[in-house]
Amino acid sequence: MKKTNSILALSLTVGLSLSLIACGNANKQNQEGSAIPHDHSAMTHEADNSMSAGSDMAMMESKTITTLIDNYLAIKNALVQDNSKAAANAGQKLADATSGIDITSFDASKQSEIQEILEVVKEHGAHIAKSELAHQREHFEGMAKDFMDLLAIAGTDRTLYQQYCPMYNKGKGGSWLSASEEIKNPLFGSKMLTCGSVKETISMK
Amino acid sequence: MKKWVKLSLWVVFIVLVGIQFIPVQPNETEPVTTADFIEYYQPPIAIGNIIRSSCYDCHSNHTKYPWYSNVQPIGWLLQNHISEGKSELNLSEFGNQSNRMKRTKLKSIITQINDDEMPMSSYLLLHSEAKLDSLKKARLVKYFDSLVVSLDR
Repeated sequence: MKKTNSILALSLTVGLSLSLIACGNANKQNQEGSAIPHDHSAMTHEADNSMSAGSDMAMMESKTITTLIDNYLAIKNALVQDNSKAAANAGQKLADATSGIDITSFDASKQSEIQEILEVVKEHGAHIAKSELAHQREHFEGMAKDFMDLLAIAGTDRTLYQQYCPMYNKGKGGSWLSASEEIKNPLFGSKMLTCGSVKETISMK
Repeated sequence: MKKWVKLSLWVVFIVLVGIQFIPVQPNETEPVTTADFIEYYQPPIAIGNIIRSSCYDCHSNHTKYPWYSNVQPIGWLLQNHISEGKSELNLSEFGNQSNRMKRTKLKSIITQINDDEMPMSSYLLLHSEAKLDSLKKARLVKYFDSLVVSLDR
């Protein structure tokens, strides 16, 4: 009986101190939170430095519409081969590339639309990066229209073919872009590699 | 040996009591704005009710918490789950997105419902009222489809 009492006392002490620690942590977090604005000048300074280094890198890699088309076509080729992993890699690259593109060279009136397209392409790329094959194909098909809208505004650096297979999505049909005229269906892959036809040719102006 | 078992049970008990005091920010404090999906689209009441009871717990700023959400660590797990759900789709801020993004999200919503991916089965285990039978599914998909069509125009 005495022993149980002492254990109970011990437990209460530990419990109380634990909850105190918890409250203490919360306070500390608040303090740290309020400390951030103080350090802000230093931090932005640092961020500026890394930003300039980053943009140097970006200059070397020159993330442009070309990068987007390259990564889009890489996803397309991976899906043609039913290669989910390669599609995921390319999807991640596509999502990353959308953030580094300089759109200030475009017409001011077009910039917000381009920005909206890039956000959607980023969303699709990020989902392709983390999904299984069927879901990757849904997102790949989903961004075909956005890509075509983008190319209509920004132009293309190569001839692309809009291709269409009427059987995708339970007969609702699906589109994609290809660098060659020959049909290799990324929405079905090996199951129906040749379903589709060229609907439109997008060429350089 | 027996003593150790007893002691470790006590320790577990004490930790469980202790963590109940760690504060959690509930996901229900933001006011409803005009960007809220139901405010924004004003769907038929029946449709709005289905969306509210099947989607809003994890995909809006207004979770209806079950009693056990006050018990840790269950509450933390829910919190994690909700923030993940909101990062994919937050219906409370739906109207703030570009039309292009709305269309993208709507299409994803439709495939998630059609493929029975959403609502998640783990959620339905404790929320039978959120379950979408085939009739509810068909009504929802038809409604979301009509929104996509109106955006395509």
